[in-house]
Amino acid sequence: MKRIIFAFFLLLTAGICQADLSVFATVPEWGALAREIGGDKLRVYTATTAFQDPHRIEARPSLLAQARRVQLVLAAGADLEVGWLPLVLRDAGNPAILPGQPGYFEAAAQVTRLEVPTVIDRAHGDVHAAGNPHVHLDPRNVLKVGEALTRRLGELDPANAVAYRTGFQTFASKWQAAMAGWEKAAAPLRGTPVLVHHKSFVYLANWLGLQEVGTLEPKPGVEPSSGHLSALLAAQQTRPARVVLRTAYQPEGPSRWIADKTGIPALMLPYTVGGSERAGDLFGLFDDSVQRLLQAAR
Amino acid sequence: MSRLTLAAAALLAASGAAQAANDADLAAIRAQIDEMKKSYEQRIASLEKKLAQAESQASARGEQTAAMPAAPGPQSAPASSASAFNPEVSLILQGQYRQQKDVAGRGITGFVPSGEFANTRGFSVDETELMLSANIDPYWRGQAVIAMADGQANIEEAWLQSLAIGNGIGLKAGRYRSGIGYLNERHPHQHDFSDVPLMYQAMFEEGAYVQDGVQLKWLAPAPLFVEFGAEFGRGASFPGTDRNKNGSGGGAAYVHVGDDLGIANSWRAGLSVLRTAARDREADFADLAGSTVTGAFNGDSTTFLADFVWKWAPNGNASYQNFKFQSEYFQRRESGKLDAGAGADDYRTRQSGWYAQGVYQFTPNWRGGLRYEQLDSGTRDFGTNAANLLVESYRPKRASVMVDYSWSEFSRLRLQYAQDKAMAGLTDHQVSLQYVMSLGAHGAHKF
Repeated sequence: MKRIIFAFFLLLTAGICQADLSVFATVPEWGALAREIGGDKLRVYTATTAFQDPHRIEARPSLLAQARRVQLVLAAGADLEVGWLPLVLRDAGNPAILPGQPGYFEAAAQVTRLEVPTVIDRAHGDVHAAGNPHVHLDPRNVLKVGEALTRRLGELDPANAVAYRTGFQTFASKWQAAMAGWEKAAAPLRGTPVLVHHKSFVYLANWLGLQEVGTLEPKPGVEPSSGHLSALLAAQQTRPARVVLRTAYQPEGPSRWIADKTGIPALMLPYTVGGSERAGDLFGLFDDSVQRLLQAAR
Repeated sequence: MSRLTLAAAALLAASGAAQAANDADLAAIRAQIDEMKKSYEQRIASLEKKLAQAESQASARGEQTAAMPAAPGPQSAPASSASAFNPEVSLILQGQYRQQKDVAGRGITGFVPSGEFANTRGFSVDETELMLSANIDPYWRGQAVIAMADGQANIEEAWLQSLAIGNGIGLKAGRYRSGIGYLNERHPHQHDFSDVPLMYQAMFEEGAYVQDGVQLKWLAPAPLFVEFGAEFGRGASFPGTDRNKNGSGGGAAYVHVGDDLGIANSWRAGLSVLRTAARDREADFADLAGSTVTGAFNGDSTTFLADFVWKWAPNGNASYQNFKFQSEYFQRRESGKLDAGAGADDYRTRQSGWYAQGVYQFTPNWRGGLRYEQLDSGTRDFGTNAANLLVESYRPKRASVMVDYSWSEFSRLRLQYAQDKAMAGLTDHQVSLQYVMSLGAHGAHKF
């Protein structure tokens, strides 16, 4: 009898807690990670798509309306969203999601950031004082963020803590196997010199051993100028890159120009979940990215 | 023999004594060891306890501690100096070169002037805005905006905002730009044209309604953005006057609605009302003989505003191309008494105006925009004063075109041409070249 009551109670609370936690993810990669961990226990809203520059989002009314109703904001952090998120958080009238609260989680804070500037001056362009924020393109970082996020989800929603942990463990074992596969497949890419549009691929390069020899943007956040592109073209003589990379949200023009002048392929990488047809989830994102790189560098 | 036995006995005794001594020592040592063991066990237990506490705290603060082992020095150790608590500081530099007709006593025909209109030509530096903002504590955030010009520093804004109320409620107190309309809350450096629309010039002193008081906002818990706002305050600025009274001298209420339409479009619409009152609000009127008479108004002023903003960007990615349409309409009703020297008599007006503008960013650096605006002096019932005062009926118009270049999101240079017919019988061709630069920690802009 006791057992039946207990089971009934468990069922009831499980029913109540179904999709009990609402999450506001600023960028698609972390929204996708939350879904992997939380499954149907979470309701995840993703504020941006892979075709939007996450630096330049407007604090749209719809974002305020969403942020008002969530228990957790899942941000990329390292000032990536500094131009819009602080305003959304403050004007949403939801103290639970303000920085410093358990309802505010920053992915970049969970990992070792690269390119932490020693000099912070706008003369160097749109520099992020906390380092390069595009941390998710190193799958080892995804795992670290996932672990911390699982803990956080468990704290916010203790009733489902076990489910989150199980969800993460399932994801982590699949992820580790997939990672070994990507690393093996991408072994020939080690040392490949690449040009990039923006410093979006620092972590990917670090993971796969790609060698970044130049950026099309003269300074972070400053659009490529013809003078700078010509200089890159000249540098191509001494330090030839094999491929020029851009994200799904950056325009094709500048990398196409380099490609036409040098004959190296201009390659669009999905950059985040949803950036290409195959990048439907985090696994697809890396499957596709590695495959595109291998094809281009062949 | 006996000596030997004695010696043996002595030896034995000695050894026995030694044995006894050893036993005693051993016991003491054992006791000591036991004691040490105990104390170590206690210490270990307490350490273990501390560790467990730390671990549970660490998991509570998961974020920071998880970052610790991985992050190298500069990331894990935030600056602990007092300067780390300094507020965010930003400074706006604004200046322009302007070419227009020399019109002393510039104004808008058919409208009571909201204040003095600048007639500055040639090179000039606009107000330099200094902004300071920071979280005060976990409950409040504060911001001050000081507008500096030669010989003066105006407190343009100085408010505190609640952080911890929740339930969608936002409370602001102090001096703030009122939330009515669309453009009112936005500082000049956020504007898309180098001057405020005529309707804002006609409605408010210096182009914005600033209130000393309290603002309460509530964001509805709905997927659609619905925000209600109410303000109570001193109501000292035009169209009201400072009446130094207890209670609220002016109030405003508004509702904002907004949403996305697909991935590429987003919009916001609003309705606002501002009620305030004036006592001896002096303004210049022209009399029938053509000379200027000063009239003092006593009465109520109610302003209704409707605003609409629509933004489009391909795929919702505004950084390369985007378009913004913005339009506002106002109607103001004033009723009371006007004393223009010949005794107070009825004064009743109903005036309106609107503007519409579109700004297109066609490359990351370049934008172009058009604005058209029109006011209507509407009905102006001067009662018996109409016998001596000239009741001008006029529709002021202005059309502006601008193009601006931004090196980055922090610097902008704008060229603007306007055909200004704000004053009856005068067509003014105005050309301005304006720069807007923001230094330092520049916060996010509202939609």
